Amino acid sequence: MQTTFPKLGLALAVVVTAHASVAEEVRVYNWSDYIDEALLNKFEQQTGIKLIYDVFDSNEVLETKMLAGGSGYDVVVPSGTFLQRQIIAGAFQKLDYGQLSNKNNLWDVIEKRTAQYDPSNAYSINYMWGTTGLGVNTGTVSDLLGDNVAIDSLALVFEPSNMEKLAECGVYFLDAPSEMIPAALKYLGEDPDSQDPDVIALTEPLFAAIRPYISKFHSSEYINALANGDICVAFGWSGDILQARDRAAEAENDVEIAYNAPSEGALMWFDQMAIPVDAPNPTGAHKFLNFILDAQNMADASNYVYYANGNLASQSMLVEDVIGDPAIYPDPETLKNLYTTTPYGAKVQRVVTRLWTKIKSGT
Amino acid sequence: MNLSRKLLILVPYSWLVVLFLIPFGIVLKISLSDIALSIPPYTPKLEIFSSSAEWLQYFMALDLENFIFLSEDRLYYVAYLSSLKIASISTLITLLIGYPIAYGMAKSPEHWRPTLIMMVILPFWTSFLIRIYAWMGLLSNEGLLNQFLIWTGIIDGPLIILNTNWAVYIGIVYAYLPFMILPIYASLEKMDVSLVEAAEDLGCSATSAFWLITAPLSKPGIIAGCFLVFIPALGEFVIPSLLGGSDTMMIGKVLWEEFFSNRDWPVASSVAIILLLLLIIPIILFQRNEHKQREVER
Repeated sequence: MQTTFPKLGLALAVVVTAHASVAEEVRVYNWSDYIDEALLNKFEQQTGIKLIYDVFDSNEVLETKMLAGGSGYDVVVPSGTFLQRQIIAGAFQKLDYGQLSNKNNLWDVIEKRTAQYDPSNAYSINYMWGTTGLGVNTGTVSDLLGDNVAIDSLALVFEPSNMEKLAECGVYFLDAPSEMIPAALKYLGEDPDSQDPDVIALTEPLFAAIRPYISKFHSSEYINALANGDICVAFGWSGDILQARDRAAEAENDVEIAYNAPSEGALMWFDQMAIPVDAPNPTGAHKFLNFILDAQNMADASNYVYYANGNLASQSMLVEDVIGDPAIYPDPETLKNLYTTTPYGAKVQRVVTRLWTKIKSGT
Repeated sequence: MNLSRKLLILVPYSWLVVLFLIPFGIVLKISLSDIALSIPPYTPKLEIFSSSAEWLQYFMALDLENFIFLSEDRLYYVAYLSSLKIASISTLITLLIGYPIAYGMAKSPEHWRPTLIMMVILPFWTSFLIRIYAWMGLLSNEGLLNQFLIWTGIIDGPLIILNTNWAVYIGIVYAYLPFMILPIYASLEKMDVSLVEAAEDLGCSATSAFWLITAPLSKPGIIAGCFLVFIPALGEFVIPSLLGGSDTMMIGKVLWEEFFSNRDWPVASSVAIILLLLLIIPIILFQRNEHKQREVER
């Protein structure tokens, strides 16, 4: 009789551990302000998988985690150039398209472009894409600059005489050299995708002249700052600025925000969902990707965050505010004006980051 | 020496080896490597169980390139010097504020002292990060401090404190003050009060009794406090990144940038190694000096 109790305990322990392994988890690491949170609950209810959702606001931080290895995430969302570098480093596993029954919803136009970073899209699916451009508080800016300065021109932020006046109401820039340096090169009439350190160095005096008028370099705070009227210009990502426009409209605080892709040319970027090579639950990760590929889910996400997606089937379910807005789904004219970049090599990367530190800190 | 004493000494030594020397060796190894696009992002890599030829090959691939890179760029000098400056000034200010507080505590009636110590420690019950965030709210242009000063009419427009070095000093002094107070209090509390009484009986004024008796006797506490404030302040990252501006150069921030923005582990490790040398060399010199003095006194 005495031996029964330990056995019972053992049996209990087996039951408990078996149960623990049933509670499946998927860990997703995505950009901040980038999904309708109702979708996260929907995923949990549909699949019974527990979803752990973390956010970041810089490709650099994501890459550090990917290259350190053992991040513990099942799905991550790097942008095109960063994805390309990380594929080369061996950070991702090939997708099993057999597990993605919704794969036919993907939009071939976007797939063709993302194949530039991820040949034949073997490692990633497109989540959303957009442009980098100018968010403007139209009322304040026309008060300060008059109506003669175009708010869709890079000159708005790269011309010191404009910036001197705008400094009064506040200007934020993205803290992302891989986006800001191409924009500065475009303004100078150089190739925005230049890998030549001497060409990249040309941007330094340009930034130095406007640096005193930039209030902050930050990659997520500008959404609230624009919406609250704390700043009047932000160089940021299309959907973020459109979210700011929406928040301001909801708050009815007389702040009117407009987004424009610079007329000189704008950077087009693609955020791609990929599965790390050491993902603890690749099957669950595929389930999450397939959930995102569902046309209705993707449409809900875009309707919420104001970014275009790579899902053709979802387009019929998008609200007019999204599908009809050329700032989100650019017309053919604007589309011609968009450029893409390729990743910097390690030594050029060092030059770029060093230059960026110098621009930000003056040292 | 018997076995049990040897075993006892083994405890601190194994602590030192496991938690200091081994990690230091790893960082040193990475600082001599080259950046690479791989997992982990540096080369060469070494398996622990390799043949001697592989070990040799591995050591041949290491070089001092990263340290040369650091020496050629002004940024790192500026960042080290500015960190030294910010850490030294903050240590001095914490000493000037902390000493009177510790003195007051040591001189207070004995039954008050546990309560007073409690009050010094109490802020630690809240997360460090939240306390620094709270300072952002206090110091910002629309923050409590500016609102109060404008309300009293002392200033017309807001003082810009947040995102400047002033905010960094305030943050460091606030966060590290207890580390200064507690060791000084400990040494003052131990002090024999009759020594001061004797000095005063012999005609010493209260001030000179303080400088001749109390201050020298509390020296160990002052030194411990200064080390406890200076060392973490030098490598501080959270306070300058939350309260400082983009022109606040501190080595902790540079290290973060090298690691997260550049993804350059080898250079980041070299920066860390130099920081460690900057800290260890003065500490060793100081201890040697102390040792000599003690021998002279003997």
